[in-house]
This record gives sequence, C-alpha cells and structure tokens, in this order.
Amino acid sequence: MTFSRAYRTAVSLPPLLWVTAFLLVPYALLFCYSFWSVSPSQIIVHSWTLDNYRELFRVNVYLQTLFRSMWIACRVMIFSLLLGYPLAYYLSFHAGKRKDILYQLVIIPLWVSYLVRAYAWKTILGSDGVLNTLLQYVHLTRHPLEFLLYSPFAVVLTLTHIYTPFVLLPIYASLEHIPRNLVEASHDLGATPKQTFRRVIFPLSIPGVLAGATFAFVLSLGDFLAPLLLGGPSGIMISNIVVSLFGAAYNWPLGAAISLCMLGLVVALLFVSENLEKKWSFR
Amino acid sequence: MELPVSQDSTVRASRWLPWHTLAVFAFLYLPIVTLIIYSFNGQGVGGFPPRNFTLDWYRQLFADDAIWTSVFNSLLVAAAAMAISLALGIPAALALDRADFPGKSLFRRLVLLPLILPGIITGLSLLMLFHEAQVRNSLITVILGHGTALISVATTEVFAGLQKLDRAQEEASLDLGANYFQTFWHITLPNLRLSIIGAALLIFTLSMDEIAVSFFLIGRDNTLPLEIWGRLRRGITPEINAISTIIFVFSLIAIVSWYRLGRSTDDKIEIEGAPS
Repeated sequence: MTFSRAYRTAVSLPPLLWVTAFLLVPYALLFCYSFWSVSPSQIIVHSWTLDNYRELFRVNVYLQTLFRSMWIACRVMIFSLLLGYPLAYYLSFHAGKRKDILYQLVIIPLWVSYLVRAYAWKTILGSDGVLNTLLQYVHLTRHPLEFLLYSPFAVVLTLTHIYTPFVLLPIYASLEHIPRNLVEASHDLGATPKQTFRRVIFPLSIPGVLAGATFAFVLSLGDFLAPLLLGGPSGIMISNIVVSLFGAAYNWPLGAAISLCMLGLVVALLFVSENLEKKWSFR
Repeated sequence: MELPVSQDSTVRASRWLPWHTLAVFAFLYLPIVTLIIYSFNGQGVGGFPPRNFTLDWYRQLFADDAIWTSVFNSLLVAAAAMAISLALGIPAALALDRADFPGKSLFRRLVLLPLILPGIITGLSLLMLFHEAQVRNSLITVILGHGTALISVATTEVFAGLQKLDRAQEEASLDLGANYFQTFWHITLPNLRLSIIGAALLIFTLSMDEIAVSFFLIGRDNTLPLEIWGRLRRGITPEINAISTIIFVFSLIAIVSWYRLGRSTDDKIEIEGAPS
C-alpha cells in the first residue's frame, strides 16, 4: 500500500523538525562547546581551541574517574546479569502457572521512583541504618560497619538493584521467543538438560543478554545521583565531575568535552552491541 | 533400538534455581518494604526493630505545602510532556513505518537515542540550547526536555502497534472514498488505541520520576523528585518515606489497571522493543 506524498510529508515533517531543533542541534552544540573556552570573567568565549581536551588528558583525576566509573558500571552489569539471567530463565521455563504473576512482580519495582529506591538503600546501609542496627541487635557486630555507606560498594549495590529488572526484561523476551520444539528436539536427541541449556537455550538468548548488558553498563556509567547520595568521596563518578563543572566550578566547555567523550564511548558501545546482536540473532 | 524418551517439554529445574529466584525477589523488594515500614516508625528512619507505630509523618506530609506544590508541578509537567511526545511520537512512528526520506536511519537513531543515553547528556545539551537561545530555565524548559526525551517511548510503542495493524482495513477505507485524514482518524487511530494508551501511561510515569534531565533544566519551581532530592541533601526524614509510600500505592494502582487493560485484549507491551 502506498501513501500519498502529502500524507508522508505530514507525518514526517513535524517530528523531523522537532528532533532537529531539540536533539540534533543540542548535540551539535555539545560538540561546539567542547572546543570553546571560558574567560576569567566567566563568559563563554566562542573561539576554537583544543585546550579542554589537553586539560582532560593532563589532569589525572578526569581519566581516573572515568576509569573508576567504567569499573563501577562493569560490576553493575555483571551482578545484574548474574541476578537477572537465572531469574529470567526460571520465569520463562519453570514458573508454570505463576509466570504471569512473577513477571508482574519483576515489573513493579521499576515503577518505584529511582530516587526513592536509592534513598531506601541509604536508610538501610547508614551507620544508624536498618542493617547496622539489626546486626547489633542480634549481636553479630558491636560497632556499625562503616564501609556499607559512602563507598563504591553502596553505589554498585544500589545501581544493581535498579538495573536488574532492566537487564531481565530483554533476556526474558529472548528466552520467550525460543521455539519450545527446539528444546524438545534437543531432549529427544539425547542431550542432558545441561547440554540443552549450553548448546541450545543460551546461544539463542545472547541477543537479549547483549541488550540488557549494554543497558545496565551505559545507564550506570552516566549516573550521578546514586554516587552523590551514597558514594562518598571514594564513589565519585565521571558525571559528578560534569555536574560540578556545570554548577559551582563553572567551566561548561570542559564539562562538554568530558560529556562528549562519554557520549562517544556510549555510541561506540551501542554500535558494537548492535552488531553483535545481529550476528547472534537466528531469525 | 532404544529411543530416549522425553517426559516433559521443559527441562527440569535444578535445585538452586527456585532459591535463586526467591533471593532475587527478596533483594528487589527489601528496600521497598523497608521504606514502607519506616514510614510508620515513631523513632524516625533507621534503628532496629521499628517501634512506636505512628501516622505522624503522614500528618506532617499533608501539612507540607512545598511538597504538594511540587506534586502539582510534576503532574503538570507529566501531562504536558505526554501531550508533546504523543503528538510527535505518533507521526514519527507512522513516518518510520510508511515514508521514505533522506536521513531516515539517522532520524530513527536520533529519536531513540534518549531512551538509552544517560539522562545527563540529554539534559546538558538542552541546557546549552536554551542558554544559547537565551531562554531562562523554568517548568517550560523541563516540559520541553521531557517531551523531547520521551518521544522515543511513544515512537517505540506506536511503531510496535503499527507492525500488528491489519492494513486491509485502511486500504478498504481509502478504496471506499475516505481521504487520508478520515482514514487516520476513523481507522488507524482506533486500531492503535492500546499502544497509545500504553505509551501515554509509560510516558506519564517516566516523566513523574525523571530527575537527570530536570536537574539541568529546572528553574525556580521544583518538580517532586527534585523537591525530594533537595530535602535528601539536607538529611533524611520519614516524611520522604511517607510520600514515597503514597507514590508507590498510586504506581501499583496504575500498573494493575494497565495490566488489566493489556490482559483484556491480550496485547503485550514490550518495554525493550526498539524497532530495528
């Protein structure tokens, strides 16, 4: 069925214009800003320079924080996969009649505000928090465990909590798409359950795993609220530096340069994961 | 000759799998349950065991004007953002489905990018745009930010709906002399009803909860998450537990009604389903 030229213009033009004005132009501005500078009197100077990028590689703290953020994001990704995959597998293959209700139970935490969940972890992990007072109440410890809050540990724990459902959903979707007769065939041909999982089910679920892993990594890499709330000085992440450069430190161009590096990293990752997904999808 | 017989179409679960499931659910719900319990705790947040059941925090909350102003602001932002992202997301999905134009694949990637990009990047780049255009931050800039970022959600949901659409109905309508607008209004839109309602609910909730983009675009009037954020920086109070509990109950009602809606027509909405 073909649609008239007028129809096609009517549906494509408004979103095209909007997206250009509010997404394309801003991203282009981010790019430009990263080559501009800020004068001592705190005015943005619109002349081109590479100083921000030099600064970025000269001052150790930027790259160090970037690597720390990647390491935190990496741990979040791994833990979310370890928690999410078996649960998705259980839901898809073994939950039976309870499948629907268990699926809903996975979705519900997603509807609880991100901020509220991070805050809840803060009340659990603090030195007068629920966990420490519980441990002392049952006489397991005498003094509050200080490493629980204001540490990278707290950030990883909280982000894992937030992204586990996000990781689970695409994995679950890909497991659900596996034709059940493939599993039966593998069985009938004499494969043990372990072999069936390793050689049939897991390979077919890889696109879901990739999608979930990318999601968890990218979103935790750019997070700045959990580190501010729970990270303490040792849990600072790259976005916190960007936030302070856009706030009190007032150096938008340097902040833009860092954000652009982050954006480049993210887009590269998305590209790689999209290609791997294509390679592994058998449809 | 011996043939291995399969007893069941599914693989038998290993023994630790149900325990793992239980543990993950415990992990997912621990903070939520803690939050709710301590909203009734007379001693404030923390301290085990919780004691002195009280409704004081809720009373305090209902007398707190700043919170309710921010709730009202958030509702306003969410409603306006929903209108913007649907008004642009529905045509965008139609365009991706049925029109060809130069730069279409770039357009698709751009629209969907805010879905996967950390909010800070979307927020910052829009902040720069408004700064260059000399627009002052206010609830309007927040609305524009949310509306733009959430076009991705509307497009994804509606595009998924379009894939399932029966084209014959539209063709019949056109053959019988209806024009494109009439066909869109009387055939296409009603058929996409569920996807659109699903998208609208999702956009509304995401906007109510959004903080990274708002963080950079907010003016003097706070949205609820930013009001909570401001208070958290000053220290923790059980009032936040109380408002969170109330939001949780409302979200629960929303998700149950959404589920009922989807169930009644057997239309499953995939959250991750980006068109590719």
